[in-house]
Amino acid sequence: MIPTAFDYHRPTDLESVISLLETHGDEARVLAGGHSLIPMMKLRMADVGHLIDLQDVSGLQEVTVAGSQVTLGAMVTQHALIDHAELASVAPLIREAALEIADPQVRYMGTVGGNLANGDPGNDMPGIMQCLDASILLQGPEGERTVAARDYYEAAYMTERRDDEVLVSVRFEAPSGGHAYVKQKRKIGDYATAAAAVVLTRAGDAVGSASIAMTNLSDTPVWSEAAGRALIGSACDEAAVKAAVDAMLGDIEPYESNHGPVEFKRHAAASVLTRAIARAWERA
Amino acid sequence: MSKKMPISVTVNGQTHDLLAEPRELLIYVLRERLDITGPHVGCETSHCGACTVLMDGKSVKACTVFAAQANGASITTVEGLGTPDSLHALQRSFREHHGLQCGYCTPGMITRAAKLLEENPTPTEAEVRFGMAGNLCRCTGYQNIVKSILAAADEMNAEQEVAE
Ligand SMILES: Cc1cc2nc3c(=O)[nH]c(=O)nc-3n(C[C@H](O)[C@H](O)[C@H](O)COP(=O)(O)OP(=O)(O)OC[C@H]3O[C@@H](n4cnc5c(N)ncnc54)[C@H](O)[C@@H]3O)c2cc1C
Ligand code: FES
Ligand code: FES
Repeated sequence: MIPTAFDYHRPTDLESVISLLETHGDEARVLAGGHSLIPMMKLRMADVGHLIDLQDVSGLQEVTVAGSQVTLGAMVTQHALIDHAELASVAPLIREAALEIADPQVRYMGTVGGNLANGDPGNDMPGIMQCLDASILLQGPEGERTVAARDYYEAAYMTERRDDEVLVSVRFEAPSGGHAYVKQKRKIGDYATAAAAVVLTRAGDAVGSASIAMTNLSDTPVWSEAAGRALIGSACDEAAVKAAVDAMLGDIEPYESNHGPVEFKRHAAASVLTRAIARAWERA
Repeated sequence: MSKKMPISVTVNGQTHDLLAEPRELLIYVLRERLDITGPHVGCETSHCGACTVLMDGKSVKACTVFAAQANGASITTVEGLGTPDSLHALQRSFREHHGLQCGYCTPGMITRAAKLLEENPTPTEAEVRFGMAGNLCRCTGYQNIVKSILAAADEMNAEQEVAE
């Protein structure tokens, strides 16, 4: 399994990455941890003329926690996310989700930027970032721009990022209240059959706010505004949870795959969301 | 064919300079150019962990790293952990507790376990199972692999105490 030949570049600053992307157009791809791209290249499903390795590019490796503002550099690995004590205490949802991604070896290499940029509906971080209402920072020849994670995904492997832009970082306000990421998979190292990310707050005995996003149940992650709305103001009782699940089921469009037929995926989606709401409410 | 590039890798403390195509996979650089055949090729698709090596302190699957990415890196393979005359505690423990049958997965298992115990010297059984989840074994049923790693951890901690 040898990919087609490519020219390899290892620049040390973002400006050089962007100018290489401009020069080589859609022949060029950046390489982060390589654990989505290299398998695709080995299968010759991705044909890359110029591979631009980001490993030495400065400024992409930082985790910054300033009060409740969290910024994750694109090249922060999933392993580093799990290991970061301050991040785990401010935004425990990130650690809970990162622990569900792939296996230990893959997590040492796979990056948050690669996971977000890839655009595979099976990736876990896009749904997490939609749940958190994160902003994605892109940099290209014309400078920087920010895209909301909720607007970033167009279709499988199609995102808002232009070919000559680099995903630099992702930023979000750490939520208060309870959180949960519940992922149904066949084994460790498998993509989700269905996964649900939930953050919610408690206002007295009722749900004050709620945000719900689903993974691998459409050709993009699905932030279900209606599902969150169904919980707000309720006591998070059975009827409210069922209303939220029904609302979510109206927003997803799963397709049959090796994870199972459509009906099974809808069933799995309902159970992961039911469990995630219960866990988040317990923690709120 | 693309141009070859000069690559320098330090494997088990020894620096090697060679010319390789950027697309060559690290596992083949190790096995076929440097004749370091401890790391195996199981699946070649990033799933089985037979090719696991340490690269700059990370456990990685060498079938999913390009030679070009490894340029400048420091790599440890199972050959770098112990020698036939002086086995690593994990190697002794796998032998003693029957942590292998055919042995195909074993170099990857031991190399991964070494990193796991470096990061967590006193793991629980659940932590061993979670930390070893990137390595597949088709023979043992894992029971004795887990036992071997837990026993090696005990031995390494006892040695550490004696040294202190
Ligand atoms: C066995 C196995 C199991 C896995 N299981 C899971 C799982 O359960 N859940 C999950 O989410 N993922 C899983 N993955 C994928 C893994 O998490 C990848 O590492 C991740 O999806 C991509 O991150 P990367 O850093 O490896 O990116 P790469 O593979 O290097 O890049 C992926 C794509 O994103 C682009 N890209 C990368 N970084 C940037 C950037 N900064 N700016 C612009 N474009 C960029 C690349 O050009 C490429 O097109 C698994 C992978 C393997 C091999
Ligand atoms: S050969 Fe590399 S993971 Fe199987
Ligand atoms: S001992 Fe045979 S594969 Fe593990």
